[in-house]
Amino acid sequence: MDPGFVVATFWRLMAALPLTLEVWALSVLIGGVIAMGLTWMRVGGSKPFAALSRGYVFVFRGSPLLVQLFVIYYGLSSFAFIRQSFVWPLLRDAFPCAVLSLALCTAAYTSEIFRGALAAVPNGQVEAAKACGMSGFRLFRRVIFPIALRQALPAYSTEVISMTKATALVSLVTLWDMMSVALKIRNDTLVTYTPLLVAGAIYFVLNFLIARAFLTIEYRLSKHLRPRRA
Amino acid sequence: MLGFGPKGWGPALIEGAMMTLLVSFAGMAVGAALGSCVAWAKLSGHTIAGAVGNAYAAVFRGVPELLVVYFVYFGSSALLTGAFHFAGFEGFFGVPSFAAGALAVGVISGAYQAEVYRGAYLAIARGELEAARSVGMSRGLMFRRIIVPQVLRFAVPGLGNLWQVALKDSSLIAVTGLAELMRVSQVAAGSTRQPFVFYLAGGVLYLVLTTFSNRFFDFAEARATRGLRRMEG
Repeated sequence: MDPGFVVATFWRLMAALPLTLEVWALSVLIGGVIAMGLTWMRVGGSKPFAALSRGYVFVFRGSPLLVQLFVIYYGLSSFAFIRQSFVWPLLRDAFPCAVLSLALCTAAYTSEIFRGALAAVPNGQVEAAKACGMSGFRLFRRVIFPIALRQALPAYSTEVISMTKATALVSLVTLWDMMSVALKIRNDTLVTYTPLLVAGAIYFVLNFLIARAFLTIEYRLSKHLRPRRA
Repeated sequence: MLGFGPKGWGPALIEGAMMTLLVSFAGMAVGAALGSCVAWAKLSGHTIAGAVGNAYAAVFRGVPELLVVYFVYFGSSALLTGAFHFAGFEGFFGVPSFAAGALAVGVISGAYQAEVYRGAYLAIARGELEAARSVGMSRGLMFRRIIVPQVLRFAVPGLGNLWQVALKDSSLIAVTGLAELMRVSQVAAGSTRQPFVFYLAGGVLYLVLTTFSNRFFDFAEARATRGLRRMEG
């Protein structure tokens, strides 16, 4: 391996990192919001809503993200009525399509995590809060949410990390993320290993940092569970 | 168009689904071999073996699956070509995309399967191992009679999840040109100019595959734990 080539490859890949990060952050954010809606539908008590939410999770977890991405990017644009509607300026470009399909997919997994976390809140805590006269949003904000958040964090961090890995798929819908730049360098220079290795290293460090950040948050949030220092 | 007539893509899609099943299964098998080696390395207490196992699991869980597919596909062909050149042959030698795809899915799956096997081993009651030793079983016999049956039993739910992941990861092999479900959908979408219909059809077939294998693993779990249920009831 030529060190000069490695450095040049590294900087060309780093130039594509912002796009990878944008896709990642937007889809995690939007996916999180959709997931909250799905979870609310699932546990809200309405049967049709719960069935709808269950169906959504079934479809988006049971099929590969690549298929979902292609249905949205290549599939929807083949309809004339979509090309004439108000959503076309959004669906015309690869970037919004990529973010949309990643967000829809992660929402399914995330809503299951949220649901599990809600189910893990001890009933006694909720009853105690009700006995103190808390109800509705205050009960959620003060008792349910803080406990569920701590329950959800470990699984949620795994999902967020799998999203960084999923951003590599957007290279297949013409976006210039790190993955497609690495492939372009490979095609141009015919160097087999180096571009993919350097890209892999950047993804790895990125995921390591995300995992660290989540561990730090978990540590901060569990202060009350550790024995106090003398 | 989706039908089974002379112009229908039905048979091609079904064949694609079969190929998806085959390549995922081969990938799971490769992953089982790698995963059990890594689990053994981690459990062995050997410092270097443990570090290698940890590094393998960390790398393949921290790098995009698509990158692994490309790396294995391009990398293995380059290795093979190099080996043939060394032996005196000329030209380019590609690894068959089925082998490369199964290897790629397997390397990824192995990183996750290692944790499943390790967890399953740790779930075996220590007393059973002590009892086996005290009746004089050799290590091989204890492995075959006590450890393997229980590891398989405890690993079933985890392996079921990983099988679903392998099925979905196998769609990425489409980039190597292997005619599995995703690739067939792509070709059909391109030649009929009906991308929505064919990607949706592909998606539905994936759903069928994941749903039916879910059923199978539920059944397998019920069967593997049939001796345990009496204790609960």
